[in-house]
Amino acid sequence: MGILDHHKKIETHATLLLVLSFLVVTIGGIVQIVPLFYLDNTIEKVEGMRPYSPLEIAGREIYVREGCYVCHSQMIRPMRDEVERYGHYSLAAESMYDHPFQWGSKRTGPDLARLGGRYSDDWHVQHMISPRSVVPESIMPSYGFLMNRVLTRDDAEHVRDIMRVYRTLGHPYTDEMMENAVSDFFAQVDEFGDPVADRYPGAQQRNFDGQPQLTEMDAIIAYMQMLGTLVDFETFVPTANR
Amino acid sequence: MVDPENKTPENKVTPASRQYPDPAVKLKQDPPTTGHSWDGIEEYDNPMPRWWVWIFIITVIWAVGYWIAMPAWPGIQQATSGVLGYSSRANVATEIAEFETRNEQFFVQLVETDLEDIRDNDELHRFAINAGGSVFRAQCSQCHGSGGAGVQASGFPNLLDDDWLWGGTMEDIHQTVLYGIRNEDYPDARYSAMPAFGQDGLLDNDEIDQVVNFVLSLSGSDHDSQLAVAGQEIYELNCASCHMDDGSGDYFVGAPALNNQIWLYGGSPEAIRESIYYSRFGVMPGFSSRLREAEIRAVAAYVHQLGGGQ
Repeated sequence: MGILDHHKKIETHATLLLVLSFLVVTIGGIVQIVPLFYLDNTIEKVEGMRPYSPLEIAGREIYVREGCYVCHSQMIRPMRDEVERYGHYSLAAESMYDHPFQWGSKRTGPDLARLGGRYSDDWHVQHMISPRSVVPESIMPSYGFLMNRVLTRDDAEHVRDIMRVYRTLGHPYTDEMMENAVSDFFAQVDEFGDPVADRYPGAQQRNFDGQPQLTEMDAIIAYMQMLGTLVDFETFVPTANR
Repeated sequence: MVDPENKTPENKVTPASRQYPDPAVKLKQDPPTTGHSWDGIEEYDNPMPRWWVWIFIITVIWAVGYWIAMPAWPGIQQATSGVLGYSSRANVATEIAEFETRNEQFFVQLVETDLEDIRDNDELHRFAINAGGSVFRAQCSQCHGSGGAGVQASGFPNLLDDDWLWGGTMEDIHQTVLYGIRNEDYPDARYSAMPAFGQDGLLDNDEIDQVVNFVLSLSGSDHDSQLAVAGQEIYELNCASCHMDDGSGDYFVGAPALNNQIWLYGGSPEAIRESIYYSRFGVMPGFSSRLREAEIRAVAAYVHQLGGGQ
């Protein structure tokens, strides 16, 4: 009974119980969480993944603000039906620049992890304005107001601030990217502007919503057209043990 | 026990009439106490039910077995992979491969059979329609509608009718799905562009009004016949090279037929006017890099049998 007698001391001493319980939970947490930071296969190295361009970040902010993740996931699970419908299963690396990640937990609408390039910009504009005009069975609300919300230099500078925060979190934004953040923000909707893809490989550059001014619709479509298109799956070799 | 004689007139049991057991007298069968005592109340040290204890012990043993069998413990470079070699990625690859093998003979047959002959092979055609239908629902239905009826007056063509833009034979549909329409991804994409007659100043507003009325007259819609007569000459000069003198259209350049009531962007005078003023530029992605040849052939067969195949 020796050890159980010592246990009695803990049971009858509230503060000691609290401190020791905390210690046990801490050890459990460390064992679960810490290995994720050093294991090689937590986030596989893949070709093509890059931090988001300024306009894509603006689109992502709108995506989060409007709560798109409540109805749409961005996580294709390794299951045959999902792979056949949506494309290659999602990799951890594909959300490595998402703070917070947009995996979602419920699919009222379809998964969006590989949305990029599936539809034309016109389709997106029409679908955002009036979802049921293109998908009669849809229950998505209209986001037509994004067409009227013009993005200004203030918004561009706000995005640059976000990039600064991302940089402290370890996203590899270079000094050149930071210097050009505001101009890239506007250039990405101008087909003949300074090529944004020089700094952000694979970035698509055109007038997304068909309107002369830069609006939130441009930003969110730029973001959606990028989703799932960055990783080069030609060079991807899946590691077996996961 | 309460003596019935001790009841108050209201038939209530008074606290004073209750008889409590004497705490000092212990029953013989009482289990031992834990020794804890609060305000004179002691705690019995009853054992856990046997079945519960056994399940607890079994789960602990099961957990140890699970650590060994399944991926579990983090190591220096990667987690232990478990002796059963479980891998969700390998599982999905195996499952996909299994269905591949089962379908392979049909996929091979689809690619080897001449497009026009797929219909003649009953079994193959049935497979093509089913496989094509699932491809259609995943890849095509968002624009062309889950039933293939398109989106009327919005530029997403109806695939159920026999009014085609680029032709409705198996070959034509196959080509369209393969490379798409007016995209920059494929040099072989079907391509044509109608001039923006108003925006680029090729026709003035009066002339456009006249052409609109002539086009309305071609399809037998309500129109101003005086304006239509004036519009005929403008039509023949500017439009007939693609849309033909009688408005029957031309598959070769994807010029829609104008001599019927099927309208891609709407048949109101305003919609036709907008088409002439700004022109339209409907696009479709190509699928040759996303789907394999057999799937493209299957979806062509599916679209072909929807109703309007030629």
